[in-house]
Amino acid sequence: MSQPALVLENVVVAFGALKAVDDVSISVKGGERRAIIGPNGAGKTTLFNAITGVNPPTSGRIIFEGATVTTKPAHLRARMGMSRTFQITNLFPRLTVAENMQLALRGTGPGKFSLFGSARLSAEEEERVMSALAISRLGERNSVEVHELSYGEQRQLEMAMALVTRPKLLLLDEPAAGLSPSERIIVSDIIRALPRDLTMVLIEHDMDLVLRLVDYVTCLNNGQLLAEGTPESISANQRVQDVYLGKARDHA
Amino acid sequence: MASAYSPQRRIPIPALASILIIFGALPLFASSYQISVANEILIFALLAMSIDVLAGYAGRTSLGHGAIFGASTYIVIYWISVAGGSPWIALLLGVLAATMLASVFALLAVRVSGVYFLLLTLALGMIVWGVCLRWTSVTGGENGIRGVGRPEIIADPLVFFYTTLVTVLIFSFIIWRFVQSPFGLTLRGIRDSESRMSSLGYSTASHMFIAFTITGIFAGVAGALYALFNNFVSPSTVQLSQSVEGLLMAIVGGIGTLFGAFVGSAAIILLENFVSDFTPRWPMVLGFMFIGTMIFAPEGILGAASKFFRSGWKKNRIKP
Ligand SMILES: Nc1ncnc2c1ncn2[C@@H]1O[C@H](COP(=O)(O)OP(=O)(O)OP(=O)(O)O)[C@@H](O)[C@H]1O
Ligand SMILES: [Mg+2]
Repeated sequence: MSQPALVLENVVVAFGALKAVDDVSISVKGGERRAIIGPNGAGKTTLFNAITGVNPPTSGRIIFEGATVTTKPAHLRARMGMSRTFQITNLFPRLTVAENMQLALRGTGPGKFSLFGSARLSAEEEERVMSALAISRLGERNSVEVHELSYGEQRQLEMAMALVTRPKLLLLDEPAAGLSPSERIIVSDIIRALPRDLTMVLIEHDMDLVLRLVDYVTCLNNGQLLAEGTPESISANQRVQDVYLGKARDHA
Repeated sequence: MASAYSPQRRIPIPALASILIIFGALPLFASSYQISVANEILIFALLAMSIDVLAGYAGRTSLGHGAIFGASTYIVIYWISVAGGSPWIALLLGVLAATMLASVFALLAVRVSGVYFLLLTLALGMIVWGVCLRWTSVTGGENGIRGVGRPEIIADPLVFFYTTLVTVLIFSFIIWRFVQSPFGLTLRGIRDSESRMSSLGYSTASHMFIAFTITGIFAGVAGALYALFNNFVSPSTVQLSQSVEGLLMAIVGGIGTLFGAFVGSAAIILLENFVSDFTPRWPMVLGFMFIGTMIFAPEGILGAASKFFRSGWKKNRIKP
């Protein structure tokens, strides 16, 4: 794994005059677990949207597995092996858990244009769905419509859908936000159980959670890269502490 | 238990059988006028179903399907009575033209949703109407084109009624199968969250394009049947109110219920026939009916009924 899985070169995402992401360069190695931290409005989600193609960068370059994907549409990046969860739960609320999983599974594979075919999954597909649901602890909730799930279960389904595609790169946007302490443990268990060759980028505010889960941390502030380093060096970093403490004071 | 993963929906025999029995038995006691009303109900039910595929499954409300329907009617009647061609070829050409027109609409409308989709399809429909009105040398302008009657073997109103019934039933089954297919599921995914669909690897624009174009086939078949039924076409066949009526039928019957289209079509056409005996203000009545549906049964007649029966059934089950 000499080649980095994901490289950002001088990425800028501007909304009018506001540079939500301002000249950010990052390199993530294959199989690495990376956290992106930063106060509210730092540009973390916007950076994810640039990486996944939801909102391509204004300038700069994005290289995924050696291929330049800067302006590729989101669905093609997904087919290349990018997968993500959303900070604000983004599921198919009127479909069942099983149907949500089926859509997730078939998005990057064949069969999605089958006009009059049967909706039945093959044994292999079913096996994959089962195991993703089992990892996410949703095994028993198959035929329930998603809007009837609890918030915590919906967050688990977000993860299951991102995992079932067997991505090369998994981007998790605050998977534990708004969850109870016991539900947060489920999420960190899921992350810990991910295959070791999977490259993962995690946005998370909870420093305790971050420090236990990742190899390397990138801290953003006002769209700019503030600091990078191992979890230990970041938690000891004075500038990072200032940003978080300063924000805490602002919000108080 | 494993099949819980992909609920294999059974063939909708009760729904199709009810339609077959209710409409099939009608000629036993109905007058010839009533049979012709029933014939019209069947044709418009197919139009309403084509609209429901987009509205109920893909979450896109089209106001252009009346024009697609009417384009097929125009082509069929033109081919038979002006060009003097075979009526069977005419039907084929009508459906083909409607499908092509739908694909043009689709090309322009796939990237928008919500009220923009509504307005864009409305505008495209208006263009078709404008062309039919102004291109007098071909369309006969406001006077329209009169047909030369149906082919011999379906000339008899009763035979034609049963032909319509069978055709509409076959297409009902095809449409049902279509929305239950893996592709149909992707439409419901787009309805619920387009952004999630694209981050899962779906080209939502291609899916919408295919779906829209296919609904053009269904609207085109309805329009071709209407050509044989009505034997006359004028700009009023492609005008906005045609699209509005088709959409209202889908809404009144129940968006996303598919077979609700038959209930909606019957409700609106029967009401139209009844009301026009008393007042010329049909559009106003239609408006009130729409508002009434939105207030009292926003999920439509079939939607409300199925909810009622389901909850009633559940209650009965809980009681010992
Ligand atoms: N579509 C948009 N149009 C305009 N401004 C936007 C848009 N999306 C984000 N922004 C702005 O960009 C900045 C960065 O937002 P972003 O959502 O990326 O922050 P974040 O780091 O994810 O914050 P949080 O921790 O609250 O999720 C904010 O000031 C936000 O208001
Ligand atoms: Mg965010």
